[in-house]
Amino acid sequence: MEALLAKGVTKRYTSHTALDRVDLTIPEKSIYGLLGPNGAGKTTLIRIINQIINADEGDIRIFGEPLNQKHIGTIGYLPEERGLYKKLKVGEQLIYLAQLKGLSRTEAIEKSKYWIKKFDLAEWWGKKVEDLSKGMAQKVQFISTVMHEPRLIILDEPFSGFDPVNAQLITEEILELKQKGCTIIFSTHRMETVEDLCDHIALIDKSKKILEGSKKQVKEEYRNNTFVVDHKGSFNFLNGHYELISQKPSEDDYFRSLVRITDERSPNQLIRDLTEITEVHSFVEKIPTMSEIFIRLVTGENQKVFANYSPAKS
Amino acid sequence: MNKIWLIFQREFLNRVQKKSFLIATILVPLIFPAIIGVMGYIFVKQEEGATRTVVEVRDESGKMQLESTDRYEFINIDADKEQAKTAFKNSDHFALLYIPNFELSSPDGITLYTRENPSIRKMEDLESLLEGRIHDLKLQQFNIDKETLKSLKTSVDINNINVSEEGAEKQSNTQAMYVLGFILGILIYIFVLVYGMQIMLGVIEEKTSKIVEVIVSSVRPFQLMLGKILGIAAVGLVQFAIWMILISVTSSAALNFIGMDMPQKQAMEQMSKQVNDPEVAAAMTDNPMTKILATYEELNVMSIVFNFAFYFLGGYLLYGALFAAVGAAVDSQQEAQQFNLPIMLPLIIGYFALFMFILPDPHSSASFWFSIIPFTSPVAMVGRLAFDPPLWQLILSQVLLVGGFIFTTWLAARIYRVGILMHGSKVNYKVLAKWFMMKG
Repeated sequence: MEALLAKGVTKRYTSHTALDRVDLTIPEKSIYGLLGPNGAGKTTLIRIINQIINADEGDIRIFGEPLNQKHIGTIGYLPEERGLYKKLKVGEQLIYLAQLKGLSRTEAIEKSKYWIKKFDLAEWWGKKVEDLSKGMAQKVQFISTVMHEPRLIILDEPFSGFDPVNAQLITEEILELKQKGCTIIFSTHRMETVEDLCDHIALIDKSKKILEGSKKQVKEEYRNNTFVVDHKGSFNFLNGHYELISQKPSEDDYFRSLVRITDERSPNQLIRDLTEITEVHSFVEKIPTMSEIFIRLVTGENQKVFANYSPAKS
Repeated sequence: MNKIWLIFQREFLNRVQKKSFLIATILVPLIFPAIIGVMGYIFVKQEEGATRTVVEVRDESGKMQLESTDRYEFINIDADKEQAKTAFKNSDHFALLYIPNFELSSPDGITLYTRENPSIRKMEDLESLLEGRIHDLKLQQFNIDKETLKSLKTSVDINNINVSEEGAEKQSNTQAMYVLGFILGILIYIFVLVYGMQIMLGVIEEKTSKIVEVIVSSVRPFQLMLGKILGIAAVGLVQFAIWMILISVTSSAALNFIGMDMPQKQAMEQMSKQVNDPEVAAAMTDNPMTKILATYEELNVMSIVFNFAFYFLGGYLLYGALFAAVGAAVDSQQEAQQFNLPIMLPLIIGYFALFMFILPDPHSSASFWFSIIPFTSPVAMVGRLAFDPPLWQLILSQVLLVGGFIFTTWLAARIYRVGILMHGSKVNYKVLAKWFMMKG
């Protein structure tokens, strides 16, 4: 069963269309990356899933059921714009937010105490939020997102505002939640997050979904028989089976070249051909990073992306 | 419903637990009687300690024969004008009144020499004394003796009795009604403004702190708005109830304190006689206080309390929803100002109508319309309550008020749900209209 199934979701405003017939399939127990440039319609989609606004058209199912008021407790939402009641004490705040999600008061107290201990904030229970550091407030906000044990968690840019230590803490927490059976939707620009954490991705651009699938599938789809070769002594292909995309000198007489096979030849054949003209030191297939796929799809500037190739993941 | 209740509780507790709430709730009822007490005390002391003003009189006509009163002591001087003036300069008396020889028909040339500018009150006192004396002299001139004169002076005190349809007669005192209507009207006006602003500030705070997106993912914007409006209403009612109780306790204590001291009480009564207009003084003949108290007892207190509470809440809800919509539309208090005036305008009109039409003539057609139209009725009708408005008008006004706040709540909710999620947009009436028309 899918955690979320969207069909033909459309939202129009008077001056523009925010979402145009978007279909999504979010498998259960996955970490799903919702990618897209600013203004693509991600926030609109997330708000529709959270029932903050209604879609004009389309159908959304959560764990098989049509989206309804009952799902408020099923979903945990961390908006990009963080905010808490500044004058309210941490404990009261958590209890209140949990109660709004449908927990009873006793449950809410119990859960908030558990989480606050888990995040090492126990001594801040009676302090007002305005006395907390930004990082601590972020933690409180994260707790409020997950404390009612939602099966579907939506995190909008979850790592913004976290220092590396806390970001690591949140990452571990997210993985733990996944292990417990939660489905997590990430909306983010940070491609390293997607690279590290997501199993599935969808790319939304200009109100339309332009790509969806598992990370592996997507990468598979966007590999294009390109290989990175480190070699000693420069070369120039004369036969028409290969295309030399770029060749950059590194130290001494060493070079790094980007070579694409343009026909049905195998990588083995390429190595054989290369050894005849140069001294090969390394040979590795260039699998596109999510960042490259993203930029390529959004800007349509295919060549540029590959020309600026650098092997180390950014 | 459950969620509105949660928000209601939160809003209520947030405000009630604040130190400022506690301080305001306790201090206000103490401050008012304290101010009144201090003022009264100073006044009484002043009256007690006041020495009679000494006025030297040089009466060349020989007709006036001014007699000393409680407040003025007249000393007749038998020297000529210049001598009298020099003597006066060396004395510490208040003034020298010079009366030349004059005809009764044209009393000109009367002059008051003083060292400092005399107060208007003293000038008026002296003028009325002189006028009274000339009046008497003229009567004598026409051969009317004092006894006839006395029998001409009659004090009329109209006893106003309302005859209701059931034939029951109620004593009423217009002056007392006026005061009651005035106080009730002002209370509603202040309450709506103060707590309406609280709603607006609360909404702006939620919006600027960005918490609102989390909240509306759990509750509908309408529930959030309604919970907030009702929660703040409860704060207002609680505060108001505490004030009423504390004020009645402290003022009765204060009254008891003053009542125990007889000379002071007499002075107070004297004061009230002097302060009021002659007509009022005439109305308060033998025992004015008991008469006013009797009037208030005759009023249907329960009905006034109920109707006051109704308009108190109704007016607040009507305007509160609009203030919530403004709070949702703007990003800061400064931005809100452009929308505040149009909202407050009908309330201010109602407030002026209270003075201009309702209190002077509670049953005029202007009073009728102001107390029927929902935007002005909370202030206007409450001003009329003490004057016993016809039941059908009361019911019509209340039905329209309920309709009015349902309408403003609906209108506000449509703007609110869009506005709270909008940041940094320049808002004007066109934008508000667009939000209003927008689908969910």
